[in-house]
Amino acid sequence: MSDKKNEQTNILRRKILTAGGAFAMAGAMPMFYTKSVWANEFPNDPGKAANVTLGFNIPQSGAYADEGADELRAYKLAVMHLNGEGDGGLMNTMQPSMLKGNGILGKKVTFVTGDTQTKSDAARASAKRMIEKDKVIMFCGGSSSGVAIAQQSFAQEAGIIFMAGLTHSNDTTGKDKRRYGFRHFFNAYMSGAALGPVLKEEYGTDRNAYHLTADYTWGWTQEESIKNTTEALGWNTTKTVRTPVGAGDFSQYITPILNSGADVLILNHYGKDMINSLTQAVQFGLRDRQVNGKDFQIIVPLFSRLMAQGAGDNIKGILGTTNWNWTLQDAGSQAFVKSFGQVYGFPPSQAAHTCYVQTLLYADACERAGTFYPPEVIKALEGHKFDGMGNGATEYRAEDHQCFKDVLVVKGNENPSTQFDLLEVVQQVPRSQVEYDASIFGGELGPYKG
Amino acid sequence: MLRGFLKINMKKLLKNNLVIMIIFSVVVLTMPIWMQPFGAAYPDILQKFVIFGVFAIGYNILFGLTGYLSFGHAAFLGVGSYTAVWSFKLLTMNIIPAIILSVIMSGIFAVLMGYVALRRSGIYFSILTLAFAQMCYNLAYSVLTPITNGETGLQLAKSDPRVIDRLFSEAGEGLPSTTLFGIETSGYSGFYISAVVMIIVFYISLKIFNSSFGLKLKAIKSNQNRMRYLGFNTRPYLLTAFVISGMYAGLAGGLLAATDPLAGAERMQWTASGEVILMTILGGVGTLFGPLLGVIIIKYFENIFSAINQLDLHSFYSIFPTWLENAMVSISSLFVGEGWHMTLGLLFMLVVAFLPGGVLEGMQLTYKKLTTYVSKKRNKTGGESKKETGVNHGK
Repeated sequence: MSDKKNEQTNILRRKILTAGGAFAMAGAMPMFYTKSVWANEFPNDPGKAANVTLGFNIPQSGAYADEGADELRAYKLAVMHLNGEGDGGLMNTMQPSMLKGNGILGKKVTFVTGDTQTKSDAARASAKRMIEKDKVIMFCGGSSSGVAIAQQSFAQEAGIIFMAGLTHSNDTTGKDKRRYGFRHFFNAYMSGAALGPVLKEEYGTDRNAYHLTADYTWGWTQEESIKNTTEALGWNTTKTVRTPVGAGDFSQYITPILNSGADVLILNHYGKDMINSLTQAVQFGLRDRQVNGKDFQIIVPLFSRLMAQGAGDNIKGILGTTNWNWTLQDAGSQAFVKSFGQVYGFPPSQAAHTCYVQTLLYADACERAGTFYPPEVIKALEGHKFDGMGNGATEYRAEDHQCFKDVLVVKGNENPSTQFDLLEVVQQVPRSQVEYDASIFGGELGPYKG
Repeated sequence: MLRGFLKINMKKLLKNNLVIMIIFSVVVLTMPIWMQPFGAAYPDILQKFVIFGVFAIGYNILFGLTGYLSFGHAAFLGVGSYTAVWSFKLLTMNIIPAIILSVIMSGIFAVLMGYVALRRSGIYFSILTLAFAQMCYNLAYSVLTPITNGETGLQLAKSDPRVIDRLFSEAGEGLPSTTLFGIETSGYSGFYISAVVMIIVFYISLKIFNSSFGLKLKAIKSNQNRMRYLGFNTRPYLLTAFVISGMYAGLAGGLLAATDPLAGAERMQWTASGEVILMTILGGVGTLFGPLLGVIIIKYFENIFSAINQLDLHSFYSIFPTWLENAMVSISSLFVGEGWHMTLGLLFMLVVAFLPGGVLEGMQLTYKKLTTYVSKKRNKTGGESKKETGVNHGK
């Protein structure tokens, strides 16, 4: 019996000891975890480590999941090339380039991935995990401008550079621009400027346009830009209707168009939304109609091959713009299509292209700056002029971190030769035609130190 | 004799509120240490654990005690967040007014919603709350865009007035960050602030569970008609419980905005309401600690499991031969990364089917099994006579 008693008291004593220890640890905690201070050091400095980690934050679920999947492929390819594996892709055609195929600044590149779920909250949570846990030196991704803007403002707070992927809203490098955010992709204003003359030529100056618009920053700015362009041509805007992202069924928005007197439908939709709304518009017989004595037309200002694939025959003859298309014949585009095709067996989308280019541009900027210290890398990117990346001569404008380059006006191919040959380039609009003054959208970049 | 005395004492001790609170606080505040082996010791996820902990504790006061299944609690979370961000924009970057205002605002919303929805019970109540929350979501998403900034989410801008802050200092370069009298509320300090708030509201919920008010709520759950026959008007009690849990949700929303000043409409979506129900059921409905366990499990899955990619899996299985490694990777990759929803779904099904009391019940069962096993084993070695008593005890 006395044995048992001893055991019991022992257990109790042990518990008290553990509890006491835990208390002591709790008390000492603030000393372990003090926030890193900005001085000469910076967050997630790889220091002497052999590896450097990049974070790829992409939509793996939601309306933009297809784009996200292709972006991830491109990121993996970029990491391979940076580490000197594969055929080097665009590293061979990029000019100027300081990339040597030995990682970035001699450190091997590794990466972590995250799912933005096409939601700002989830994207920020995922970005925070990458920065706080995985210690990434740069993160990139996108597919929704709302998400990109949310991540970009977080990048500024955290002091980690964000290289935006597919984001087309004017706000990303306009009123919501940030010193730590960079965009290679073109924007809604450029789409409008490029599309204008072609629309005039194809459809004349006397048209009534009806807009269906994805209800968030990208949709709003694209609607505004396209409206400005078409109204300058002399078109009339019948009505603009906002639709929720990921709605799935657009029939309730399409029926009113039939009696609105409009003879052009402009779909400011992207991803699965655009596939659904276009398919339903065609099913409702809009394209077979005659209104005001003219053929009814549909325009999709922002096009992508992935969407064209999803929409099938419905996209034939429909006009839009893209940032890049795999059928381009320049050396850069050819090199990228070749190395992407070798690894994955099909040509890349424009989302893949912009993400790949962004990763290489960041790596090159680090090499040129000779450091990972963000303010220096930012300065290396600002005003940087480069060529050979598939879009011709390109410049990262210092005032708003927007890339300026040629824009493609495309049309759904009437007679595709393969299942990927879906877009036909109508016109390669020169950079000078889509350029604008950085001050028209307002916004402030903010300080170099986050 | 003494052994028995000690045993009773220990049990009594564990029933003592003070002891519970001390143990609970220590466990919560040491999270950054004991979460290390799980790869979850970084500020953002720790903040999410405690903030959604507040949300789930509040939800449990309604669902756990009265059995009223609300499908619309995310609306209060969203209202709290929007209120807090507006307070940061208009008044001050200090989180105190923001949090107080968000609790008050969500309380007002809860009174309105509860007044209507509590006229019905059971499935009708759930549908009414769901409808109300979806209404709020759609308002925030498209109708009230000047207030909520729609899908993009409400964010701070440099040009915001911030009346109170401007009284004391000039606007600095770049966006200001949220503070608690000079302490930045992001990162680890944000976690500790939220953790202290959670410990306080946990204590309040503990008090409610043990009070006569809590008892009445439990009585409503077991048989509301009988309560009415006894002359009790149950509505005021239900409404109070509803408003309290709504305010908890608003508090959680305010804390979310305090640690990261951004409010998006998706916080109000029905999936967000569903999430807190999952958390509560997964952990254990009506128990004090269950919902917190549920929060940790779900947030862990959402943040850590969803980030595992094939590369990680390959390195995990690298000890196996290549063919087996590839097979294992292709099987497990279904359950991690973008497949984390599936893993969570399976876990949820298993819990509902085999452990209706949630993970907490599972833990209690294993603990009981373990202790009886240990005592049996001990009795076996202790000789014939003790073995007999041991068996009797087991029965």
